[in-house]
Amino acid sequence: MFRLEPRASAPLWLEIATPVLAVIATMIAGGVLFALMGFDPVAAVRTIFWDPLFGPAAGYSRPQLLVKAGPLILIACGLAVGFRAGIWNIGAEGQYIVGGITGAAVALAAYPAAGAWIFPAMVVAGAAGGWAWGMIPALLRNWFGASEILVSLMLVYVAQRLAAWMAFGPMRNPEGFGMPGSRNLQQYEPASNPEIIAGTGIHWGVVAALLAVLAIWFLMSRHIRGFHIRAAGLAPRAARFAGVRPNALVAFCLGLSGALAGLAGLFEAAGPGGQITDGFGSGYGFTAIIVAFLGRLHPVGILLAGLLLALTYIGGELAQLMLQLPAATVQVFQGMLLFFLLAFDTLTRFRIRRGRRA
Amino acid sequence: MIDLTTFLLLLSAATPILLAALGETIAERAGVLNLGVEGMMITGALAGFAAAHATGSTGAGFAAAALAGAALSLIFAVLTQYLLTNQVATGLALTLFGLGLTAMFGKPYEGLKAPPMPGGPLGVNWIVWLGLALVPLVWLFLNRSRAGLILRGVGENHDAAHALGYKVRAVRVAAIAAGGALAGLGGAYVSIGIVLQWTEGMTAGAGWIALAIVVFAGWNPWGVLAGAWLFGGVTVMQLRLQAAGVSFPVQLLSMAPYLATILVLAVISARQKYARAAGGGAAPGSLGRTFHALR
Repeated sequence: MFRLEPRASAPLWLEIATPVLAVIATMIAGGVLFALMGFDPVAAVRTIFWDPLFGPAAGYSRPQLLVKAGPLILIACGLAVGFRAGIWNIGAEGQYIVGGITGAAVALAAYPAAGAWIFPAMVVAGAAGGWAWGMIPALLRNWFGASEILVSLMLVYVAQRLAAWMAFGPMRNPEGFGMPGSRNLQQYEPASNPEIIAGTGIHWGVVAALLAVLAIWFLMSRHIRGFHIRAAGLAPRAARFAGVRPNALVAFCLGLSGALAGLAGLFEAAGPGGQITDGFGSGYGFTAIIVAFLGRLHPVGILLAGLLLALTYIGGELAQLMLQLPAATVQVFQGMLLFFLLAFDTLTRFRIRRGRRA
Repeated sequence: MIDLTTFLLLLSAATPILLAALGETIAERAGVLNLGVEGMMITGALAGFAAAHATGSTGAGFAAAALAGAALSLIFAVLTQYLLTNQVATGLALTLFGLGLTAMFGKPYEGLKAPPMPGGPLGVNWIVWLGLALVPLVWLFLNRSRAGLILRGVGENHDAAHALGYKVRAVRVAAIAAGGALAGLGGAYVSIGIVLQWTEGMTAGAGWIALAIVVFAGWNPWGVLAGAWLFGGVTVMQLRLQAAGVSFPVQLLSMAPYLATILVLAVISARQKYARAAGGGAAPGSLGRTFHALR
C-alpha cells in the first residue's frame, strides 16, 4: 500500500514540474478522448497546441494569443491574491460583465462627443463597476457571514441577465435597425481600444495585464499587505495575532479581483468585443480560475498559464475549423487540466511512501 | 390566490433543486463540501435525456442520470479523499468539466424531443413524488439510523470517528456518490421532466442554488424542502408575471431566483452567525476539511 506523508515544503523544481506534468497528462487524456470520438489524436493535439503558433496560419493566430491572454491574465492576477488568503471569488465572470457594462455606459453617454478624457473615464468606470460587483459578496460576508463563493457565483447569473437587458433595452443601438446590442465602440474613435502595435494583438488590456503581473508580484512579495494575505491563507488564527483584520482583507481581495475583472471586461467591450451584447460574458472569468491555479497563484506562473490557456482557445477554434472538432472541446480540456493539476499537486504537498507506516 | 394547479407547478419547479440539495445535504453532513453540484446536474440532464431518447423510456433516463451523476462524483471523491486535494477547487473543476463535457457530447441531441413522462397521482409525475418521499427518508436515515449516526459522526469530527475505528474515507465516498446520484436525478428532471429537450447549460445555476439551499436549510432535509419550495414559488411567480405580460423586462424578472438566493443566504447566514457565537451552529464540524490519517 502507498501512503501520503506531508511535506513541510516542496522543492522548487517540483513546484515548476507539476503544472508541466498536468499539461502533458491533459494532452494524453485529450488524445485518448479524441481517438474514442473517431478523430486522429495526434493531428487534434497538434492543431490545438502547435499550429496556432507555428502552423501555416500562424500569422493570423499569433496576435490572437495576446488578445485572449490579456483578460485571462488580468483577471487571474486578482483572483490569485484572494485564493492565497483563502477568499474564493469565483464570480469574476460577473464582475467582468459589469465592468464592461459600466465602462461602455460612459462611452455611450458621451457619444458622439470627442475628447481625450473619454477612454480614461471608461477605464475608471469599468474598474469601479467590477469593484462594486465584487464588494457585494465582500460586504455580505463581512456583515452576515454569507459564503462569498455562492454569492459571487449567483451574481454571475444576475450580471448575465443585466447584460441581456442592456443589449435589448437601455443600451440598444438606436441606429441598429432594432437588433439587440449596443453601438460598436470600435467605430467610435474616442472610446475604442484598438491594437496599439499593428499585427501584435497588443491593446490597452494587454498592457494592463502586464502591469497587473508586476503589481501583484510587488504586492505579494514586497508589501506588508501581501504578507498579511499569505499569512491569513496559511494560518488564519496566527494572522489575527499578527494584526490582520479579516474583514478588511475580505474587502480588499474581493474588491481588487473585482476591479481587475471589471477592467478586463471594459477593455474587451471597447476592443475585440466592441459592444455590449446579450451574450457579452465569454467565460474568461471562469477560465481565469484555472489560469490562477495553473500558474500556482504566482504572477510569473499566471503569465505563462494565461498564454497557454489562450492557446487552447485559439487552437480549439482552429481544430473546429480544420477537423470539425466540437466547439466545447476546449472547455473539456480546461476542466481536465484543472483535475490533473490538482492531482499532481498532491506530489508537492506530500511524499509518497510505500508500506503502512514509517 | 394559490390554487392547486399553481401549487403543482411549484412542486414541479422545486423538484430539481430539492433532489440535488438533498444529495448535497448527505455529502455535507459527512463533512464533504462538493461544489460540483451544477456539473453533476448538467451531466444528469444530458445522460438522462440521451438514455430516454434512445430507449423511449423516461425510467431508463432517470436511472442513467443517477448513474452518470454518481460516476462523475467519483472523480471528485478520488481526488479529495485519496489525493487529498482542496475541496473547493476540486468541486469547481467538476462543475467546469461537467459543463464542458455535456456541451461537447450534447450537440447531436439539440432540437430533439424527450419521450412523454407517464403521469402519476394528480397528474404529477413520479419523480416529483419521489423527491417529496425522500425528504422524510433522508431525515430518518440521518437522524434515526445507525449508518446515519456514523455518517454524521464522520462529518462532525473525522479524527474522532477515525479513532473509533470508522472508515472515514469509505463513508465519505459513499456520501459523495449518493449526492452525485441525486444531483443527476435532479438534472434529468430539468431535461426530461420540465423542458422536454436538451440545451447546453440548461440547468442555469440550479446546482449553485441547491448549494445555497443546504445552508439555508441548516443541513436539515425538512429545511431543504422549505427552501426548494421557496425557490419553486419564486420561479413560478416569475413565469406567471412573464405570461401575464407585466410591463417589466423579462431579463430583470429572470434575475429573481438568483437575487432571492443571495437575500436568503444573507439572512440565514446572519442567524447562524449569532448561533455560532452562542456556541451552537448547524454546520458540520469537519465540513470542507481534508481528512488525513497519520495513524
